Amino acid sequence: MKYIDEFRQRDLAETLAAAIDREADHRRHYRIMEFCGGHTHAIFRYGVQDLMPANVRFIHGPGCPVCVLPIGRIDSAIALVEVHGVILCTYGDMLRVPASDRRSLLKVKAEGGDVRMVYSTQDALKIARDNPGRQVVFFAIGFETTTPPTAVALQQAQAEGLQNFSVFCNHVLTPAAMRAILDAPQRAGEAALAIDGFLGPSHVSTIIGSHAYAPLARRYGKPVVIAGFEPLDVMQSALMVIRQLNEGRCEVENEYSRVVTAEGNRKAQARVAEVFELRPTFEWRGLGLVADSALRIRPEYANLDAEQRFEVAAISASDVKGCECPSILRGVKRPVDCKLFGTVCSPENPMGSCMVSSEGACAAYWSYGRFRQPDDAGAVQEGVA
Amino acid sequence: MSRFPMRLDIRRGHVDMSHGSGGRAMAQLIDELFLHHLDNALLRQGNDQAAFTVSAGRMVMSTDGHVISPLFFPGGDIGSLAVHGTLNDIAMSGAKPLYLAAGFILEEGFPLADLERIVISMAAAANAAGVPVVTGDTKVVERGKGDGVFITTTGVGVVPEGLAISGDGARPGDAILISGSMGDHGVAIMSSRENLEFETRIESDSAALHTLVAAMVDAVPEIHCLRDPTRGGLATTLNELAQQSGVGMRLREATIPVRSAVQAACELLGLDPLYVANEGKLICICPAVAAERLLAVMRNHPLAAEAAIIGEVVEDAESFVQMETSFGGSRIVDWLAGEQLPRIC
Repeated sequence: MKYIDEFRQRDLAETLAAAIDREADHRRHYRIMEFCGGHTHAIFRYGVQDLMPANVRFIHGPGCPVCVLPIGRIDSAIALVEVHGVILCTYGDMLRVPASDRRSLLKVKAEGGDVRMVYSTQDALKIARDNPGRQVVFFAIGFETTTPPTAVALQQAQAEGLQNFSVFCNHVLTPAAMRAILDAPQRAGEAALAIDGFLGPSHVSTIIGSHAYAPLARRYGKPVVIAGFEPLDVMQSALMVIRQLNEGRCEVENEYSRVVTAEGNRKAQARVAEVFELRPTFEWRGLGLVADSALRIRPEYANLDAEQRFEVAAISASDVKGCECPSILRGVKRPVDCKLFGTVCSPENPMGSCMVSSEGACAAYWSYGRFRQPDDAGAVQEGVA
Repeated sequence: MSRFPMRLDIRRGHVDMSHGSGGRAMAQLIDELFLHHLDNALLRQGNDQAAFTVSAGRMVMSTDGHVISPLFFPGGDIGSLAVHGTLNDIAMSGAKPLYLAAGFILEEGFPLADLERIVISMAAAANAAGVPVVTGDTKVVERGKGDGVFITTTGVGVVPEGLAISGDGARPGDAILISGSMGDHGVAIMSSRENLEFETRIESDSAALHTLVAAMVDAVPEIHCLRDPTRGGLATTLNELAQQSGVGMRLREATIPVRSAVQAACELLGLDPLYVANEGKLICICPAVAAERLLAVMRNHPLAAEAAIIGEVVEDAESFVQMETSFGGSRIVDWLAGEQLPRIC
């Protein structure tokens, strides 16, 4: 397939693997966190780890939008359906995410709740237009990639005077999450955070631009390479991180230059700024409360904010006991270190968020790599610096 | 002369509750629509059952409910699918299918013209396969209690002597073959359901596979397993077979045919073609020595021109299906978990 197969070629992969093997200093380790679930998915689906030397490891980050949404927010969405009787429109991967009491939107739907899967915010607007007698809420989730379409939908609804449409906003910000990972204090019984560099997000960066990561690279001394989602992109970007580390550089480089620019998509940024403002703090599954890490709807659009229209109560629900998602999302534990992994927690019956989406670290381990020994497939190695 | 003074208005009429009441309206629907198109000697007897003589030997029986939406899709409709689905389930034992039964659940208000289109398509599929629908049933449910039409088909067939084809028959060392490209049906359905237009029209592969199977078992009677990778696709079906046989499998991704239009649609929808349904393809596991001979026979049949050997059966206490990726790495090909849901980013 044109424009896709070019980035999945085996001979190029072999050439890159040879270059990585040649350039990686065998006396040290390279621990590279791929922030995005899209990268995690590509690494497992194509078996990229198999082509890396033993001292180059991928650490799977929290960049899976459904994985980081706290249980309380899903409970709130369920309350919108069950208490307020709204039509709740949501992206497909949100349906199976576990809420409190082993419930999920899929189960709410089965019990008669009006939950509808949509492909875009435009579908949600259409449902609102087609059902003037019903309240329609769009369950907005995701990083900077999915934020502009939500902004556009809010502006359209405002312009049309669509009275029965509102948005339950859960949009979150990538650079804030990367900072939170690097700032997190070591917890008792946990390994020290060991990240030498980052593969930066691809789709998110098309919106916010590669410049957005410059303060982070400078402040923490970690190289960031914006990487495309194809397996050759991942390998090329890993090589770029390795070169920076070998040369003692900590810069933002852009491997995904066929799409991402330094300044990003200015029009999209402007739309987002018109509609959203920073939330002082927001809870992330795995990272806890993170300052300035999420967006809320501006007062000018308050009439379209589901949290105000329906007085959504802030529900704080704790994660399942024993679930290691918090440590896994910060890259300090591997899925196989979790007692629940593969015993009570599996993709059919996810306990923690990392098992829900195919982009989650646990689901990827389970679906694509569980037959391997723990030392393969991205283990965090201790005692080697 | 017809038994009914006024012919059924198929062009403008709709199914109503009387069509399932057992009265004259139902008799007319059966007469002028079902019997008219599906006509054969056994059905024409008008009994509540079909009586026929069977030869000695092992018989197989299978049933399959069809609830597809949309009812009409590129490459087929619920009528042809209901015939192919059951014929294939019968054929996957190596059997020659003999007769079909069909049960219709119709929703009040369903257009008779659509029903006729479905029955004509069903009759064409049954005729082409040489397997008549010999008995049937019609029920009507109130508006809102169904989704237009549901069709359940049941089939019987007879297994030629000397065959022992079963899902638990795979042995380490066996070769794994498939009869053609993966994912066509599921992508055709999904794109018509979501109104996605692609430059290349993707058609369902819905087809009856019993003549292909007949040629295969004739050439290689020692085939160990046959199964059609319908819901859950190739990945799920191979996992079923691995589990049933207590073996593992090793696949080579590069050998698995996937049409580029299907590949592109899957990229767009965030799906993996190995998990997408097929309705006219089969998986075959046979002793390695017979694999090349069987492949040649398959490629000679119009429904398996793109047949390929995609891997082999290995010893594995945990029954893992592993795959060498086209990229040069390796991964597990696991069961499908839940429904395949489109990803958002």
